Amino acid sequence: MSTKDSQGQLWEVFIQANPGIPHKHAGSVHATDKEMALQNARDLYTRRSEGTSIWVVLSAAIVASAPEDSGMLFDPSNDKPYRHPTFYVMPEGAKNI
Amino acid sequence: MESTNNLEKFQTIIDADTKIEPKDWMPEDYRKHLIRQISQHAHSEVIGMQPEGNWITRAPSLRAKLILLAKIQDEAGHGLYLYSACETLGISREELIDQLHTGKAKYSSIFNYPAVTWADIGAIGWLVDGAAIVNQISLQRTSYGPYSRAMIRICKEESFHQRQGYEIMGKLALGTPEQKEMAQDALNRWWWPSLMMFGPHDSDSPHSGKAMTWRIKRESNDVLRQRFIDKTVQQAEVIGLKIPDDKLKWNEAKGVYEHGEINWEEFNQVINGNGPLNKIRLANHISAHENGAWVREAANAYAAKQKKEVLVA
Amino acid sequence: MTKQEALFSYTLRLGDNALILGHRLSEWSSKGPLLEEDIAMTNMALDLIGRADAMLKYAAQVEGKGRTEDDLAYKRGERQFLCNLIVQLPNGDFGYTIARQLIMSAFDLCLYEELVKSKDETIAAISAKAVKEVKYHLKFATDWTLRLGDGTEESHQRIQKSFNDIWMYTGELFEMNEVDAILIKEGIAVDLNSLKARWKKIMTEVLLEATLTVPADAYMQTGSRKGVHTENLGYILAEMQYLQRAYPDAKW
Repeated sequence: MSTKDSQGQLWEVFIQANPGIPHKHAGSVHATDKEMALQNARDLYTRRSEGTSIWVVLSAAIVASAPEDSGMLFDPSNDKPYRHPTFYVMPEGAKNI
Repeated sequence: MESTNNLEKFQTIIDADTKIEPKDWMPEDYRKHLIRQISQHAHSEVIGMQPEGNWITRAPSLRAKLILLAKIQDEAGHGLYLYSACETLGISREELIDQLHTGKAKYSSIFNYPAVTWADIGAIGWLVDGAAIVNQISLQRTSYGPYSRAMIRICKEESFHQRQGYEIMGKLALGTPEQKEMAQDALNRWWWPSLMMFGPHDSDSPHSGKAMTWRIKRESNDVLRQRFIDKTVQQAEVIGLKIPDDKLKWNEAKGVYEHGEINWEEFNQVINGNGPLNKIRLANHISAHENGAWVREAANAYAAKQKKEVLVA
Repeated sequence: MTKQEALFSYTLRLGDNALILGHRLSEWSSKGPLLEEDIAMTNMALDLIGRADAMLKYAAQVEGKGRTEDDLAYKRGERQFLCNLIVQLPNGDFGYTIARQLIMSAFDLCLYEELVKSKDETIAAISAKAVKEVKYHLKFATDWTLRLGDGTEESHQRIQKSFNDIWMYTGELFEMNEVDAILIKEGIAVDLNSLKARWKKIMTEVLLEATLTVPADAYMQTGSRKGVHTENLGYILAEMQYLQRAYPDAKW
């Protein structure tokens, strides 16, 4: 963001649609302070009763993985099927397991 | 340098219909094309608030006023979704607004036409939003992730826009003779500009080639325009209004409506700044922006003071 | 004056205030300092016009002459409107609109929190909804008063001037007449005098935190309770009522 940008800072908005479920990224808003960010997020992303809770966080505060690291980060878990219950063979007839 | 390796990988992602995300490598032309298209789309939503906003204070019932306000508010919201999507490409909203003000960025020419009567609010919802939705539904499958997500959200919210416009037209068409005349007049004025919204014929469309290869655009101008015509003709019949095109004719063999030729001279004139309201729409936007400068400065200054206080404490 | 006449007048007063303030806020469409604020302003307009719709619907029902909420909004003349002068004033700059919104939201909060206890069930129900909306409006207006008051030198001066200019319209908010007397006795309306201290406290706290000065209570404008309004109201109605007046036989 250029310093002459007078549109405020960019904030990412996370909305919880119903109690008990995770907050999900909804989009972003501009605001100069956190109160404004929260209000703008409310007015922009919950006009149709989409939310029960809102988080806003400065976009600049988010640390994201780089696409070129995705091999290093995520591929090594591909050969570890023993982390999933379907990996295991259960004796026929065993119940509740 | 754009290595062939990167380019191949990029095209593979596109061809597999997987989305490109902001941090992924992309050709510079892809980025430029997206910035141009998404910002034009965002500006259109925002400038599009003006013709309808012209009638907020004159809406003929409390219900109509509430609906119109909510609709215009959605358009502001959609402008914001799209500005955000555009910002993921490394351009600030300030720059985008600046491009609008200097004329470097365009917005849809349709909004340079005046909303003269209340029936125009019906026609804008029914025809202009109707045409926009045909395009936007297609764009939900666009290859750039943030743009696609914005489109999905926009389509979901816009589904009521066309209906409210059609409802207004229907009420007028079934109302007093004066009301019906008002409705037909609005249809007469908005029909052709709505068809122009889809842009030049495919054979004359300068940006289409790469946009299709990169799957930014998923269907051609003419295909989308035809889809809009085919669904709208029947809707006009239901409320007893006549589409102002003498050449309009059902082609049984092709299963589409044939239509008359669009006045491309008018299209080019409006695009080049000579539409009825080009200068006024832009001047309004610039003046709102300038009138708000002291407010934005104050908010930034206030935020800076708050930060300092936190540091001191 | 019968109880029914008083109730009709009272609901019109509440409905008209919401309608005309909503009308003014709706004029901010496409004019906000940030696109986000455009949405915020029209959001408040939606809340207010929605409240007007409910209140005027009830007024029409109380009157019992077959009129609708639209008849009341669109077919009464200037002298029949009962909204306060302050809501009729032109928007001015963003700061002026915020100053008025702070004054009105604080007043509405004090008012509707009491009206929730009204013995009139419809008024109580509309008030319960209004309280939630107004709390948000007050928060919004408060935050902007802080930003503008404690922002730049220019913004400080501008919003201070707005509060100074508009202050003479605040006294009228608390005026009462026969309508109030009748309905207070019935447990339907609230004694506006009892709201004044709390309203003043909210205003004082916000303005002081915003480094602003609370204007002195000098001469106060008056007239709306008798239907004597600003010159602005006529223009608002001319615009608002144009279609209904121009095509009296039409339905929209």
